[in-house]
Amino acid sequence: MIDLDRLCRAEWGRLLSSLIRSFGDFDLAEEALQDAFAAAVVDWVEAPPNNPCAWLFGTARHRAIDRLRERARSVTLLSELLPFDERHVQTTGENNAVPDERLRLIFTCCHPALSEESQVALALRTLGGLSTEEIARAFLVPLPTMGQRLVRAKAKIREASIPYVIPTAEELPERLSAVMAVLYLIFNEGYGASHGRERMRLALCKEATDLTRLLRELLRSRLNVASAEVDSLLALMLLHGARQGSRVAADGEVVLLEAQDRSLWDRAAIDEGSALVQRALGGGPPGSYALEAAIAAVHAESESAAVTDWAQIAGLYQRLIAIHPSPVVALNRAAAVAMSEGPAAALPLLEELAQPLAHYHRWHAARADVLRRLGRAPEARGSYERASELTQNESELRFLRRCIEELAPGAAKS
Amino acid sequence: MKYLLLIYENEQRWEKGYDPVELAEYGAFSREVGAAILGGNALKPTATATTVRVREGKRLTTDGPFAETKEQLSGFYMIDSPNLDGAIAIAAKIAGARFGSIEVRPVMTFA
Repeated sequence: MIDLDRLCRAEWGRLLSSLIRSFGDFDLAEEALQDAFAAAVVDWVEAPPNNPCAWLFGTARHRAIDRLRERARSVTLLSELLPFDERHVQTTGENNAVPDERLRLIFTCCHPALSEESQVALALRTLGGLSTEEIARAFLVPLPTMGQRLVRAKAKIREASIPYVIPTAEELPERLSAVMAVLYLIFNEGYGASHGRERMRLALCKEATDLTRLLRELLRSRLNVASAEVDSLLALMLLHGARQGSRVAADGEVVLLEAQDRSLWDRAAIDEGSALVQRALGGGPPGSYALEAAIAAVHAESESAAVTDWAQIAGLYQRLIAIHPSPVVALNRAAAVAMSEGPAAALPLLEELAQPLAHYHRWHAARADVLRRLGRAPEARGSYERASELTQNESELRFLRRCIEELAPGAAKS
Repeated sequence: MKYLLLIYENEQRWEKGYDPVELAEYGAFSREVGAAILGGNALKPTATATTVRVREGKRLTTDGPFAETKEQLSGFYMIDSPNLDGAIAIAAKIAGARFGSIEVRPVMTFA
């Protein structure tokens, strides 16, 4: 018995990319592939094929041609297409039956001429094989909104003639960083969960990691390109993803890094991520993904928060600020300094950020923590309260309320 | 496929006349991608613009561009390119892209 769900998830992107390559039409390819999977549900009960992928591809191809025949203006396209298509059918073997065109698909879906949210949605729908409904749920938008977003993106590809090609060597660096930005965004959306929390959002992290791994493999096999930045991005996702299981307690509460049960961390992912980032750091000046991955690696390899090399982490954040000056990165550095040099050294660093981060709950929470450790409980309480007014995450809110309760009773404002 | 490349920049840059160095750049651009260029022109400043509307059969003519913006339409090219990537590559070579922005618009075709 062939598991169709699993097959769909695993092969959707490869099949779809080949169909788009054959027919030059996103919608037609998608409809035909859906038809093929629907036919498989019925046909495979009696006669499961030896080569499911080739069966699906062949069936989808025929459905697409049928649909084209129905269209009035299909005559010329059809004649151009048929001889080309025959080549696909004649090849045999499980994976060779369907040419892998996913690299083209990655670059088209993550084309900078599409809006960022469209790029994200298209990548998940076409490459990841997620349903429109799943993507809508993950991004907390109504189903029709997400459907519209996908329709608009595909219309722009068609109407503006966004090509279905792998960028030239000259364009590759810029286009690759655009692709990485999309994958990073998908991962962060799943990881950050700025409001609410659903299982689907965790699936986004896995999807982003899988797609980054796919990008890395395709760059190697198709273009013979090894990118330290892609390696670093994959490392970053593996290292953060390894901690997923310990970040939220059974009751849904956020567990801070210091308190996480490190035995729950995924060792295999940490080892793979650490090896990747070490190699990436070995060649040339590190980019921002490499530095972020290096920070994650230091955490992941430490036995506890107490023995973590916070000075090294503060140094890595310093280098990250040099590449991308950002108050949020500066906040992370200040938090690392609070651990390595103590709260007194961190407080002035935090105060420097008062202006840009005035409305950022994490700045208030970090300041509260430093003030608490300095014994300035009344001020700490004020900052915790401000942080809890600003946060949108319910679990974080409960955590902050607990912090306020745990402040010494004498801390009550007089 | 045809694309219209619309050059938007702050027209105050041109107040004291066109910079000869930049004009030479436009000349070099035309020679370099000449085969793809179907047409194009610089436009006189928006102070010379007139906007016309017809409402309920009545013609309304007003002074100025259709909208006051920080950057103004200062010129255009009509080009031919196999796809958007080709059009973007050409747009990036226009001198105005360094000072303002180039809007790339596919041209509608009616079957």
